[in-house]
Amino acid sequence: MLQFEPFYLTLKLALTTTIILLVIGIPLAYWLAFNTSRWKVLPEAIVGLPLVLPPSVLGFYLLMALSPENAFGNFLESYFDLRLVFTFPGLVIASVIYSLPFMVQPLQSGFSMVPVSLVETAYTLGKGRLIVLMRVLLPNMKAALISGCILSFAHTIGEFGIVLMVGGNIPHETRVISVVIYDEVEAMNYKQANVYSSILLIFSFLVLVSVYTVNRRMQKVHYQS
Amino acid sequence: MIEINVTRKLFGAEGELNLVLDTVIRQGEFVTIYGPSGAGKTSVLRMLAGLLKPDSGSIKFDGNVWFDSSNHIHRRPQLRNIGLVFQEYSLFPNMTVRGNLQFALQKGQSAGIVDDLLELTELRNLADKNPVTLSGGQKQRVALARALVRRPQLLLLDEPLSALDSVMQSKLQDYLLKVHEQFGLTTILVSHDINEVMKMSKRVLILENGRVEKDGAPIDVLPLEGLRFL
Repeated sequence: MLQFEPFYLTLKLALTTTIILLVIGIPLAYWLAFNTSRWKVLPEAIVGLPLVLPPSVLGFYLLMALSPENAFGNFLESYFDLRLVFTFPGLVIASVIYSLPFMVQPLQSGFSMVPVSLVETAYTLGKGRLIVLMRVLLPNMKAALISGCILSFAHTIGEFGIVLMVGGNIPHETRVISVVIYDEVEAMNYKQANVYSSILLIFSFLVLVSVYTVNRRMQKVHYQS
Repeated sequence: MIEINVTRKLFGAEGELNLVLDTVIRQGEFVTIYGPSGAGKTSVLRMLAGLLKPDSGSIKFDGNVWFDSSNHIHRRPQLRNIGLVFQEYSLFPNMTVRGNLQFALQKGQSAGIVDDLLELTELRNLADKNPVTLSGGQKQRVALARALVRRPQLLLLDEPLSALDSVMQSKLQDYLLKVHEQFGLTTILVSHDINEVMKMSKRVLILENGRVEKDGAPIDVLPLEGLRFL
């Protein structure tokens, strides 16, 4: 019997992660795009780490960090009564870190694509950085914003290793769709696994089609105005 | 009055260039900066606008210090009250023509000036259009009108007409002269077109390899064999 809760949990996780990533991704990408320091490569490399690390490595270190057995997790538990391992909020933190480059990299290239002369013109018209960000930069990089959101959302949906490490397999709390598929295969319920997998497959395909459509459409907008 | 005494090292396609500028521009003057590509013309405007920091020296506008290397003063572009028009228009594609002008309004400034400027530059009929749909001449009129919304005291024009055909150039030159008079501006125009320099200004600075080689009336200092008779 098909369960709907893992779908709900997965979508809730993906949506929460995407919103948080958007909020922290915009200032981070802005800083990376406009910073000229040669040391910029260090934060850039840190942001990009989840692209190359196996999710289990990231999951392992997060599990260690958040575990009450260790200093940081112990600090959270004793001062804030907060335990993050094997909980939904812990899963959100892990997802945010894991999907960070999928939001930051499109935004960073979006910021770089907006002609510098638009920003400089806005400065000479007396406008400060925040107004320029909100009214000149972000509205002229919609493709990057949409790509960043869709990629982060889709990438969170596809998480497995990090989810299992940090979230475990707790029904109603951290048992997302990719974990359910793994469980079904373990129990040799291939038919059921196939149903979940095909839904995920179709969804992922549609997400990518929409990303490419958005990119194609936005590429036609030229800035020579 | 603008008192400029600055130096700046520039790195261009032809290697390193030391830009040295020491001049005074009086209130209400229309001055052109003429010279070959890579002579540092645009950098002069960018330093005046606050978009490029000189290495040393000072810039004063009506006694206000805009830049002073010895006292570490570098006033941001937002605080200089200038109007800057680029060759490539730089209109905001996410706003209409009117929106571009409204964006330039300052806190508490009456919006009436937007309509006045649309009228002056004959853009009223295009006010609700997106800039992408306009012709080059129309776009540059929008850029000019937008630069005037703030009622700047200094107008900086970086080869604003060089991408336009000669008929449109001539028409826009008339607009520029009109707004220069009407707004009581001090205007600095960067140009590499001798005809334009002759028509627009009573004073030209000829910039070569980062230095002012000649400074005077166009008729006296320009190499007039390059003049085109229309």
